[in-house]
Amino acid sequence: MRHAFITLNAIVLREAQRFVRQRGRFVAALVRPLIWLLVFAAGFRAALGLSIAPPYQTYITYEVYIVPGLCGMILLFNGMQSSLSLVYDREMGSMRLLLTAPLPRWWLLFCRLVASTAISILQAYTFLAVAAAFGIRMPVVGYLAVLPALAVAGIMLGALGLALSSLIKQLENFAGVMNFVIFPMFFLSTALYPLWKMAESSTMLRDICAVNPFTHAVEFIRFALYGQFNGPALGWTVVAGAIFFLLAVWGYDPARGLLRRKS
Amino acid sequence: MTGLTVRNLSYSYGSRRALDDVSFDVGPGRFAALLGPNGAGKSTLFSLLTRLFTAREGGIEIAGHDLARNPRAALARIGVVFQQPTLDLDLTVRRNLSYFAALHGLSGREAGSRIDAALERLGMAERAQERARDLNGGHRRRTEIARCLIHAPSVLLLDEPTVGLDAASRKAITDHVHDLSRDSGLTVLWATHLTDEIEDSDHLLILHHGRLLQEGLAGELRGSQGLRDHFLKQTAGPP
Ligand SMILES: Nc1ncnc2c1ncn2[C@@H]1O[C@H](COP(=O)(O)OP(=O)(O)OP(=O)(O)O)[C@@H](O)[C@H]1O
Ligand SMILES: [Mg+2]
Repeated sequence: MRHAFITLNAIVLREAQRFVRQRGRFVAALVRPLIWLLVFAAGFRAALGLSIAPPYQTYITYEVYIVPGLCGMILLFNGMQSSLSLVYDREMGSMRLLLTAPLPRWWLLFCRLVASTAISILQAYTFLAVAAAFGIRMPVVGYLAVLPALAVAGIMLGALGLALSSLIKQLENFAGVMNFVIFPMFFLSTALYPLWKMAESSTMLRDICAVNPFTHAVEFIRFALYGQFNGPALGWTVVAGAIFFLLAVWGYDPARGLLRRKS
Repeated sequence: MTGLTVRNLSYSYGSRRALDDVSFDVGPGRFAALLGPNGAGKSTLFSLLTRLFTAREGGIEIAGHDLARNPRAALARIGVVFQQPTLDLDLTVRRNLSYFAALHGLSGREAGSRIDAALERLGMAERAQERARDLNGGHRRRTEIARCLIHAPSVLLLDEPTVGLDAASRKAITDHVHDLSRDSGLTVLWATHLTDEIEDSDHLLILHHGRLLQEGLAGELRGSQGLRDHFLKQTAGPP
């Protein structure tokens, strides 16, 4: 038991050290949502009036609406980024070192997941701080309540990345996966438009959004930012996360021989 | 009990047979040289021994633990150096080692003193604070060997640990691991395709096209000819 936590601690620390070294990655991860917030959202403000729906109690501007979605975007991109680094690790051999540790393989994978989620959370908070500096503020309690929401959503999206990394045989195939996963997941969700707005244009679109786990991750974060709890969104997120994680554990099962390669 | 046992191990990549019914024993405290040309199946055997992936046929026992039934106990007894380097180049030598120690459940002062001892042993103590990237190839390999000793394993697996090193580093590392097995009673499996790394008193395993061709005392197998000639003769024919 102690062994398991010493290992978890070391893996998180290593990820943090790596992250500190890659300052460019940090800036890139921050710039992306900020561009959306400050450029895109400002442009659409006039075009999109959003009526009052929970968790909001007053009329809100579009910038305020998309903040949770952009937090989700950070978690989504980071989840994919970490799966990219997993594929890279596999090719570079550091994955071998990790997986020959005398611990259950699922635990080792879970440690990686926790490590990458911790980094994601850090980035999401930085984003929230910058947004606040631009005057887009949430209730104070929201900044606290959003922590577990970011953790759960981050784990779910990280598990998705982990599962994908076990399906991607080579680094070169990664770009395709990004396009087929990140963009549909992001655009077909409530990150940019609420469900009722989607329904106005197409009910099918709305239905797709409603089953997209990313939608639920975003809604869970959205409610948490206002100090409210969204049970169904949590449920969806947890179930999706569990499925992705099981897929990842299956993908990395030694009997499947993923780690074999010509060297 | 220490030592290494491989029983009827076979492995195929799709239709390509990489290991074909390989069986051997390495007694406790013995130095065994796994000699085989490129593509013989050495690295495949190492991947199976470290459970990176598993074979459907055959069994592996490490220090008395069955790898399939009790993987964690078996893995805890192994120290491994893979053919491909696995150092984190941006971290210092010491950080690399303490990360590894944590993977084996060691932390704090205990990890620290073991890391010191391992670095001392490989003559790397004064380089502990250097970044792995700044080390030359020989020192990187030494770091990896030091790393695989931290958790006091009883079986060392080294897959072509001298690849890419100059003659002096190669000799130093080869001698060093021979000493480790002699002085500390470690069981060693050393894969190579270079016959000059093998001493007459080593246990020799000749692997070719996935098959174990010969097994025995290196000095006896080679007879009166040099080991190099013996090896070339053995591996000259078709599979
Ligand atoms: N991932 C893989 N997919 C298909 N075939 C593979 C794979 N890895 C290895 N092989 C093949 O299996 C055989 C054994 O390879 P292996 O890497 O175990 O040999 P080796 O003895 O370690 O060689 P080397 O001295 O070059 O390291 C070779 O014929 C190789 O081409
Ligand atoms: Mg090899």
